[in-house]
Amino acid sequence: MTVHTSRRGFLKGAAAATAVLMVGVRPGGVLASATAESKMFNPFVKIGSDGTVTAIVKHFEKGQGPATGLPTLIAEELGLRMDQIDYEFAPSNPQHYANLLFGQFQGTGGSTAMANSFMQYRQAGAAAREMLISAAAGEWGVDVAELAIEEGMVVGAGKSAPIGEFVAAAAAMEPPAEPTLKHPAEFRLIGDPDVRRLDTAIKSNGTAKFAMDVHLPNQMVAVIKRPPRKDGLAVGMDDSGAREVKGFINAAILPNKAGVAVYAENTWAALQAREALQVEWDMSQAESRSSDEIKAEILAALDAEPEFNVLKNDHGPVQTALDGAAMVVEETFYFPLLAHAPMEPLNCTIEATADGGILLHDGCQFPTGPHMALAQIFQLPMEKIQINTMLAGGSFGRRATPDADYQVEAALAFVMTDRSRPVKLVWSREDDITGGRYRPAFGHKVRIGLDAGGNIVGWDHRIAGQSIMKGTPFEAFSVHDGVDHSSVEGVSDTPYRIPGQFVGLTDTQKATSLLWWRSVGHTHTAYVMEVMMDLAAKAAGRDPVAFRLAHLDGDKDQARMAGVLKLAAEKGNWGRPPEGRAQGVAVHKSFGSYVAEVVEISGNAEDGIRIEKVTCAVDCGIAVNPDIVKAQMEGGIGYGIGHVMRDQITLTGGEVDQFNFPDYEPLRISDIAAIDVHIVASQEMPTGVGEPGTPPAAPALANAIATASNDLRVSSLPMTENGVSFA
Amino acid sequence: MQYELQLNGKTHSVEAEPGTPLLWVIRDELKLTGTKFGCGVASCGSCTIHLDGEPVRSCQTFIEDVGGSEVTTIEGLESREAKAVQQAWVELDVVQCGYCQSGQVMSAVGLLKENPRPSAAEIDDYMWGNACRCATYQRIRAGIQRASEIMEA
Ligand code: FES
Ligand code: FES
Repeated sequence: MTVHTSRRGFLKGAAAATAVLMVGVRPGGVLASATAESKMFNPFVKIGSDGTVTAIVKHFEKGQGPATGLPTLIAEELGLRMDQIDYEFAPSNPQHYANLLFGQFQGTGGSTAMANSFMQYRQAGAAAREMLISAAAGEWGVDVAELAIEEGMVVGAGKSAPIGEFVAAAAAMEPPAEPTLKHPAEFRLIGDPDVRRLDTAIKSNGTAKFAMDVHLPNQMVAVIKRPPRKDGLAVGMDDSGAREVKGFINAAILPNKAGVAVYAENTWAALQAREALQVEWDMSQAESRSSDEIKAEILAALDAEPEFNVLKNDHGPVQTALDGAAMVVEETFYFPLLAHAPMEPLNCTIEATADGGILLHDGCQFPTGPHMALAQIFQLPMEKIQINTMLAGGSFGRRATPDADYQVEAALAFVMTDRSRPVKLVWSREDDITGGRYRPAFGHKVRIGLDAGGNIVGWDHRIAGQSIMKGTPFEAFSVHDGVDHSSVEGVSDTPYRIPGQFVGLTDTQKATSLLWWRSVGHTHTAYVMEVMMDLAAKAAGRDPVAFRLAHLDGDKDQARMAGVLKLAAEKGNWGRPPEGRAQGVAVHKSFGSYVAEVVEISGNAEDGIRIEKVTCAVDCGIAVNPDIVKAQMEGGIGYGIGHVMRDQITLTGGEVDQFNFPDYEPLRISDIAAIDVHIVASQEMPTGVGEPGTPPAAPALANAIATASNDLRVSSLPMTENGVSFA
Repeated sequence: MQYELQLNGKTHSVEAEPGTPLLWVIRDELKLTGTKFGCGVASCGSCTIHLDGEPVRSCQTFIEDVGGSEVTTIEGLESREAKAVQQAWVELDVVQCGYCQSGQVMSAVGLLKENPRPSAAEIDDYMWGNACRCATYQRIRAGIQRASEIMEA
């Protein structure tokens, strides 16, 4: 993936922002003391005359680490220690803060935060460094070449002074056209495993402020009573019961009839009043299918002629190869709907500002989306809408919706009031589980032909499920010639050398609301690819690692994939499990990164399985913050394994059967005994880390289970519903 | 109804209806937002507080049942165990999104008070009810063991 940072755009922004004071709410919730001496050097760096450097972070922080990673890039180039830099979240302004991989759109997703910021934030830090050095050189009457910045001090020519002394003079200068970046050999912070997160202390002592923690003077809390099935419409209501609840203020049907807003003085009163509210629903257009019907449609589609020929190749030769193969392995897979269930339930707060504008407080993943939606709802120009991005308690994709779902809900709830009181919209966990956006259900049917030597000669792969991107503003990005890449990624672009591959795709009809879920299409494609590779290896009588390596013997892409596989195999003692244990392996490329995992288990499917150890190797290019990379692998593995063990969302007559954590059971601390992560040293540009740890985890577990349990094939998920028990 | 609440070493007079979970009194009335709402049904542990030193789920503790018990929230933690846990959390960068972590810290402190040198199995057993959707569990386990070392030093 190539990232183009427009220097011109960067400098234009820099010039415009120079000497503009920045007032912002800091992550701690305290209004930043915008002293008169604080200067913006460019949209990404603010420096106070006391020497305090603040990185303006354009990506929201949901735990994946940009609030440490982007400041690291600036501190590196600017010559600071990590304790000399702080951060603030950027305002919504796609001109300055667009995700360079998303076009004119500010947002976080697709594991791109570091990939698209790596050059941009380094340039920002380097530009500020050169400006400060120029100012010091001018004042001291020495050549800039003699000076450097070390640990926040301008040093050289026998002199030394804190950078703060040069802020005023430096900020008035023209930013350099081509700031010189450090050579990677000079990096002190980038790649340092001892760099710590900047947000750990506040998240360990209760002072971190999430959007859920907003308490504006005189605010109301709103909860929405939603229809029991998706797309039901509120046509009438009786709030006499709600009026008995102390603290209840009002209830009103939303302008789009998607539900009823219940306003109260506090959260508990709002929840109680909602319970007591009677709503009359028009269910004529509502979802009425059951998950069994959705599954039947998907499985039937796998046996029919596919709607799209993804690789646009002739099926004939693939069929001929399969017909002539010495062995054929075949399997059909099914993946259920899944909820994201981030720990902080969805919420946001809207208030009117003194100048007639609107201010949204939100753990905002895609600022440009809600920004545009709110401008439309309130009939205001874009510059009258501000977004205060706050810490987010997880997302896994849920806070980024193409239609800004919960922000629009809050705006509709607010627009119906006289706007004198801020409105805080709160979702309960039940709202989240039952009214969510789900990872779509998918099915795969695969036939692999092997020759007598155990080499793959043909691979017929059929996929069916609902497209995530079609009908959204992201369609143009992801859909080409009818094929939504997010339905086939990881299969049609696999790095494996597979002769004779055919990929057929059928879009099934719209069923409930769908959304990308941590690692998007790779959630199911990696499982299928890697379980199939194991089945093929076993049929060929070859070791699963050796078999994979034999199909990764070509280009650089394959070499990097082979690299992580070998490293995970070595560190995980592949082939030599301790007595009573079985191993499974998987490797997958996603979001530009390569991850291999070896899962070691004890027990078997019948008596109960315990996951003893997961060994992971990752190649994500330059690991800016290696310890955060490790943490993301640990978290990604847990997220992947937790869901395949026992989670699914099912529908009965259109109604979601699960309601809260008791029946959508999160991974628990006892589920995985140990995780050990290794990072491949690399000079390649940084690629994703938030998602790539997830895809290989589940198939590695499935492959270990097969080894421990007489080749049991776990091809329908979740595992607990398909013959696997966990200790 | 008016209730007198002993919380973080002070007496607070709060107005709440009987049946109100202590969680909402703490968050919405006293505006102490370190205690989190995650599920409301005692199944995630985000809302964990101490009642007379014992970790409990504040979403299932009702205001009328608190009586004169001493309530401690994350903001009021001061014990030796608490300092060790918070230091270990920073050393090991346990957190990711952080939303569950007040609850994790409150439970970890409860565990170390009861058992200053817990084994991995004892940690898993005690911490089972504290869910972390970011799956920071490896580091929670290591963090508790590190806190135990800090306390011994
Ligand atoms: S909010 Fe109390 S246990 Fe989840
Ligand atoms: S750190 Fe995110 S839920 Fe635990």
